[in-house]
Amino acid sequence: MPVRIATLVCSLLTLGMCLSAAPAPAADQLMMATTTSTEDTGLLNYLAPLFQKDTGIELKWTSTGTGKALELGKNCDVDVVLVHAPGAEKNFVDSGAGVNRRQVMYNDYVLLAPAEDPAKVKGQTMAQALAALRAAQATFVSRGDKSGTHMMEQGLWKKGDGQVPEKEPWYLQAGQGMYRTLALAAEKKGYTICDRGTFFKYEADNQGKPPIVVLLEGELELLNQYSVIEVNPAKCPQAKQALAKRFGDWLVSPQGQQLIAGFKAHGKQLFTPNAK
Amino acid sequence: MDYILDGLAQALRLLFRGDSETFSALWATAYSSSLAMVVSLLLGLPLGFWLGRGNFRGQRLLRTVVDTGLALPTVLIGLVVYAFLSRRGPLGHWGLLFTLPGLAIGQAILALPVVVALTASAVEGLDRRLGLTLLTLGASPRQLALTTMWEARHGLLAAAVNAYGRVVTEVGIAMMVGGNIKWHTRTVTTAIALETGKGEFAQGIALGMVLLAFALLVNLCLIRLRRGARP
Repeated sequence: MPVRIATLVCSLLTLGMCLSAAPAPAADQLMMATTTSTEDTGLLNYLAPLFQKDTGIELKWTSTGTGKALELGKNCDVDVVLVHAPGAEKNFVDSGAGVNRRQVMYNDYVLLAPAEDPAKVKGQTMAQALAALRAAQATFVSRGDKSGTHMMEQGLWKKGDGQVPEKEPWYLQAGQGMYRTLALAAEKKGYTICDRGTFFKYEADNQGKPPIVVLLEGELELLNQYSVIEVNPAKCPQAKQALAKRFGDWLVSPQGQQLIAGFKAHGKQLFTPNAK
Repeated sequence: MDYILDGLAQALRLLFRGDSETFSALWATAYSSSLAMVVSLLLGLPLGFWLGRGNFRGQRLLRTVVDTGLALPTVLIGLVVYAFLSRRGPLGHWGLLFTLPGLAIGQAILALPVVVALTASAVEGLDRRLGLTLLTLGASPRQLALTTMWEARHGLLAAAVNAYGRVVTEVGIAMMVGGNIKWHTRTVTTAIALETGKGEFAQGIALGMVLLAFALLVNLCLIRLRRGARP
């Protein structure tokens, strides 16, 4: 008989799991598509509970590359997007998919490579450095995933001498998130472009002695601007624009901006608020 | 290498200290995979029986289609299910995108070919004389079907276990259709993908161990069931 009892217990357990209701959220829910960096750095885990405390709105988010996040907005699958690719954002708003784009915060990109700096680009401008990498055919690791970082990097190549070195054997496209791309660049002893937040994390994980280090930084064009955009209710009748607007208002309010400035990982501030 | 040992220790902490994020992910995994299994078994067992037992035109072709379905990539299923469930898609008004039932639809599609193909094989593997004997004993079609299913029960259980294994470990559908939303649709596999992307390798391994422990529990239940089913 013990066998039968065990069977019964197992079946009941399974049944119980199927029937027990999900932790029922009574709050208003706002669905956001955002980029991996806001999730991976822990910023959203920090902001979402504070936002809910202030407004009673529960923020749900799915994090993905900026390209896909905007696509989710276009398809009316989310109410609001928080992304970082000014060019693509402009298309998003111009095509009528999004309204009320507002600047929230920025951080910046840096050029990383092994300290030996095989192509000797340290001290040059970004444009000069990329030209030097191309001339030296130095290994360069790109995100290759249409993320905000990838689009920014492609823009830099185009601004330099016109073309992304798409098919060159020294130009590797990882197709992965930033952290994995950094690890790949370190393994290949190559150059890569990375947002500073992810690099801080990588540096801390390597006890402050990462195999790749910052060679170039601080140029205006390396600024990484994040914006919040509401999905256009004229195109997407189900989109909860009122909630989306409250989230945007909260982010750009003095209080929201102060919270962003106060967010630290590994003892360092990751984002600089710059709402207008 | 340290990741692996750290991960093991962390897995025990997550489970025994009652980490709420881990349990939320486990719950999402258990819920969506159970739902997917119920649907795929309800559809797949009769289909598999029919495919293994029946004698009809196009049977071989159908069998080839089902066997090819075994190789359906999860990201492709995820993309197609997304296209249907998106607000802009034909089933958008159901509002199932980024929900566990929506995720279960994709997982059921993943499990269905496994259930059908293995059920058909199990039924084909039975002694051909079984059906004839039952018929001469005056069995009704329903009795014939039920008795055949009973005789093939070990094969059917294997079909269910295999399908379940694919469903709980897949990550492509869970990312695309579920959306990896914290407290809602973050499953154990999408949590592992997230932690790995963040460079939290030990946490990723810990969650992997948690998933394995869960699978072990389910399989222990099934072993019991199998013993119980032995006459």
